[in-house]
Amino acid sequence: MNQWILTLVTFIPAAGAIVLMLLPRNDRLLRWAALLISLIAFAFSIYLPIHMPGMHSGFEFQIDQRWIGHDIHYHLGADGISMWLTLLTTFLVPLSVLVSWKSIHDRVKEFFVLLLILETAMIGVFLALDLFLFYVFWEATLIPMALLIGMYGHERRVYAAVKFFLYTMVASVFMLAAIIWLYVQTSSFDYATLRQWVHDGNASSGALQWLFLGFFIAFAVKVPLFPLHTWLPDAHVEAPTAGSVLLAGVLLKMGTYGLLRFNVGMFPKEAAANAGWINVLAIIGIIYGALVALVQPNLKKLIAYSSVSHLGFVVLGIFTFTQAGTDGAVYQMLNHGVSTGALFMLAGMIYERKHTYEFREYGGLAAPMPVYATFFLIAVLSSVGLPLLNGFVGEFLVLSGAFQDKMIYGILGASGVIWGACYLLWMYQKVFFGPIRREQNKSLRDLDGREQISLWPVAVMVVIMGVISPYWMKTIDPAVAEINRQSQTAVKAARARHAVPAPAKSSIISPAGGQK
Amino acid sequence: MTDASLHLWMIPLLPLIGAGINGLFGRHFRNAAVSFVALLFTAASFGYAVWAVVQGLHLGNLPYIETGPTWITAGNFSAPFGFYLDQLSMVMVLVVTGVGFLIHIYSVGYMAHEGGFYRFFSYLNLFMFFMLTLVLANNYLLMFVGWEGVGLASYLLIGFFFLKDSAADAGKKAFIVNRIGDFAFLIGMFLLIKHFGTLNYDAVFKSVSNMPTESGWGLLTAIALLLMFGATGKSAQVPLYVWLPDAMEGPTPVSALIHAATMVTAGIYMIARSNAIFSRSPHALEVVAIIGCLTAIFAATMGMTQTDIKRVLAYSTVSQLGYMFLACGVAAYSAAIFHLMTHAFFKALLFLGAGSVIHAIGGEQDMRRMGGLRKLIPKTHFVMLVATLAIAGIPPFAGFFSKDEILGQVFSSPHGSKALWVVGVITAGLTSFYMFRLYFMTFYGDLKLGKVDIGEEAHAANAPAHAQHGAAAHSHGHADDQAHGHGRVHESPWVMIGPLMVLALLSFVGGWIGVPAFMGGGNNFGSFLAPVIKSGAPTSPTAMEHVPEAAGQPQEEKQENPTEEWGLAGISVAAALIGLFFAWLLYYKNPGLPDQITAKIHGIYLTVLHKYYVDEGYGLLFVKPLLGLSTVVFWRGVDQGVIDGLVNGAGTASKSIGGELRRMQSGNIRSYAAWVAAGGAAVIAYMIWLGVSK
Repeated sequence: MNQWILTLVTFIPAAGAIVLMLLPRNDRLLRWAALLISLIAFAFSIYLPIHMPGMHSGFEFQIDQRWIGHDIHYHLGADGISMWLTLLTTFLVPLSVLVSWKSIHDRVKEFFVLLLILETAMIGVFLALDLFLFYVFWEATLIPMALLIGMYGHERRVYAAVKFFLYTMVASVFMLAAIIWLYVQTSSFDYATLRQWVHDGNASSGALQWLFLGFFIAFAVKVPLFPLHTWLPDAHVEAPTAGSVLLAGVLLKMGTYGLLRFNVGMFPKEAAANAGWINVLAIIGIIYGALVALVQPNLKKLIAYSSVSHLGFVVLGIFTFTQAGTDGAVYQMLNHGVSTGALFMLAGMIYERKHTYEFREYGGLAAPMPVYATFFLIAVLSSVGLPLLNGFVGEFLVLSGAFQDKMIYGILGASGVIWGACYLLWMYQKVFFGPIRREQNKSLRDLDGREQISLWPVAVMVVIMGVISPYWMKTIDPAVAEINRQSQTAVKAARARHAVPAPAKSSIISPAGGQK
Repeated sequence: MTDASLHLWMIPLLPLIGAGINGLFGRHFRNAAVSFVALLFTAASFGYAVWAVVQGLHLGNLPYIETGPTWITAGNFSAPFGFYLDQLSMVMVLVVTGVGFLIHIYSVGYMAHEGGFYRFFSYLNLFMFFMLTLVLANNYLLMFVGWEGVGLASYLLIGFFFLKDSAADAGKKAFIVNRIGDFAFLIGMFLLIKHFGTLNYDAVFKSVSNMPTESGWGLLTAIALLLMFGATGKSAQVPLYVWLPDAMEGPTPVSALIHAATMVTAGIYMIARSNAIFSRSPHALEVVAIIGCLTAIFAATMGMTQTDIKRVLAYSTVSQLGYMFLACGVAAYSAAIFHLMTHAFFKALLFLGAGSVIHAIGGEQDMRRMGGLRKLIPKTHFVMLVATLAIAGIPPFAGFFSKDEILGQVFSSPHGSKALWVVGVITAGLTSFYMFRLYFMTFYGDLKLGKVDIGEEAHAANAPAHAQHGAAAHSHGHADDQAHGHGRVHESPWVMIGPLMVLALLSFVGGWIGVPAFMGGGNNFGSFLAPVIKSGAPTSPTAMEHVPEAAGQPQEEKQENPTEEWGLAGISVAAALIGLFFAWLLYYKNPGLPDQITAKIHGIYLTVLHKYYVDEGYGLLFVKPLLGLSTVVFWRGVDQGVIDGLVNGAGTASKSIGGELRRMQSGNIRSYAAWVAAGGAAVIAYMIWLGVSK
């Protein structure tokens, strides 16, 4: 089982997609089938955390078979980071199916087929340990997502789909070039081999810098890191609800996952050398994203910009190379998937009723829709980073790590807690509080059973992940330590070169007794 | 210590269960069931707290620390769910559960006719959970849980009448302003982690106790100032006090519980808890004292001009919290906690009494429309009088002892100064003035309810904004309590009067546990708290010996000079009496006089009436520029102008080069996908060829 479990988790959705294609065009049947398939994939993925050894670094459940020629392998494996991102994916897809239950009534079969293919591709990205395989999965996510936006989106869907496609496609080319270069040098696509090859100092530092940038640009667009983020608001506003949930919930994490796995994991020295400007961009993203979110007149656009801000935290955490910062970044990836996924689901539910995301159409909705308002509040509070909910754990660790790295990073990053409260509470007020401005809003129906069922898992996860984070950390922590080991050495070496004699007053600053 | 576990986690958990039950199922309950659940779990929490305190005192060997499972961990850092019981948390936990329980009872009557009854009690119980977590935590991170959590409860309860824009605005403002303080608190915690590797009180304070007092601006000063800035948010001090007056949009029991008796004292508690850090940083103490002093007098002047009964009390709360800050700033932590406790009694009583007044006259909150209520609601009148005497500092009411303790310490402590003391005494006079102003306007003269107020019309001509404020107060008063618009003045039911009576008793005798030595008392309160402060005080041999008799202030060289202490007490009482006299003169004897005076000093009056235009200033300085910057520069400028301009420009450019691309723009995404697939296939083919040719 151990050897085949990752293959099963990855390809059950794709196999399900084929089954779906063969089924008759009965929308009801198709919906149930899609739900069932995604739940089976989720059930299989549960196997991973149960059997993942704690406090253990390195990849588990590996499968390594020759695939094309003898250099391209079918090589999958999971460590504490990729495992949880896989679970995030399998967790969100059934919910995406549920929120599409009624909102998709045209070309239902194609919709769910695309959704399931997308799931396979996303999981593959997280689990692939062969760079060729990784690239195939990476590009494979593009087409179903672009089609989901382009075929099932709102008015400007084609523009948004093309923009999304072009942006990420162009950026991916640089990564492809980097992968090919590495292959030409080493005749290998294997992650561990290439990593060792780079660490052993086989490449000139100039070449490594180019490789680093090649990977970086592909991932930075996906994250998206400021200033490469402008595809995101358009894509989100136009995408159907399920598309937004998976786009924000999973696709963006592919970017941050790539940064961690490849940019930091494979090129630790270059990561350390480039961390300065990357962190500046991340912090600009945190503040800028929040400020722009603050003035959006449109619910979905606001959530989209909030993602720019939240993902800034993740990038900041990754490029501090501290244990706390990177642990927090990984946790924040999961948190953002859960809570922003929830926000998009909620936005979709109100869209189904009102067919608009504009705030001016809302106000006072807490009166006709108390259950909806409560779920929305939980999602908002999770995003705000309220302690005992999931968002706080990640945010706190990221900022604490950033502060240990450079105080100013921590301070500027922490200002994000103020901005976050501003735009999220502003949003909540515009939708739910104040007088009801539209007469027809007084009779809006509250959430039905299906909608509540799709939200309960998220609400429960928000609380559980906020209260028992050590359960996740016991597998995330060692995986992060493994990736960071090299980069921390590089950072220390770089710092040592620029070391200045400690100022005299440091006797006051240093802890008494030195106990730690 | 290990043999007997107190299971302190039960104390916060009980109200959380209540909140959960009412929150999830309360919609289907009758009001009686909702109140039963809410009261049951609050009472259980109070009972358990009393038991735990008694057990804790029996155990001796305080602090008693209970460490539960880990909450957050990363690398070497971890923070547990752990609880900490010492004399300080004992006082806090009893005040919170005790006063909290009384206010729960009162709310059953006060909220009986409001919609969302279950929602109200669910939030109120949730508040208790977070507040108890705050005071019982054994590390800063868990304290922060309570800290932010009470902010959430406050947000929900201020915005309880959410269909009103003003209530929703006020809730949001409270949360965001508090977040600014929390930002500093967070940075303070990061500094603690960086230098001590932990946030657990015992470990941090142990490390700190080995460090010398800082003469300059060092690590401890930085930490102390950051924590203090956090406290200015929660405890409504300058410059972050602006949220508290607006918070009066919440139902009155909420104002009593959260915005007077408990939550707003969290900052004081946090500073007292961190006394080991503060006491080693004279500079930080100085800043705390100045901020407290400034807030005390500043808020008192604003309290003098307000006409909304709850707003007067709100400014009064800000001012009294300033006193507590001032006490902390002169390292008189136990005096601060003493005042915190007595203030919890009399300020809760004032708010609940005001609620009873508002309830009696159908939701009116504007004192200019009140008057003569003494005969109509005698029980409420009686308790309000007790509370007013207590806050004004008239002996032997509770407020006298605690305020006198603070002023005495400010005068004589090595961290204090005569200038701070003078401001403190003036504030005492102002306090007495505005409180008796409230008292006379409400209970004496004629009831002006429903009549046209000529005085107000005159004001209105002079100050449009003023009239607007009055009107706003009027309308929201009615919205607050519509069900009572039946016009007949009536005394509140016993479910409301009962808690008032208990609080009145506490406001009367509550100060007696801290009667100072020169009056023949033993200052039991100070010596009770002394171990908490002693353990944190900088070690200096002379100070240690004085601890037992010296009000728990190990640092101070308490002069054994009864004459001086009697003199100081006499001066503060005299200030209170002067304030009382002027209030009597202006609002009882000669009610026309205030208008003449305000007409003479019109400019100053308007400035104070408009709260020194601080809200407007913040709006002009921070809010508007930020929104403008975000909209014009960032969003429309950078995002849509520059970046998208470049992207679309690049798109257009490539379009004119490659004619094929135009088809893609026309919307045929499937053909585009085909192109990509073809490109991908070519790349793969190339790589396979590479692999084969090797």
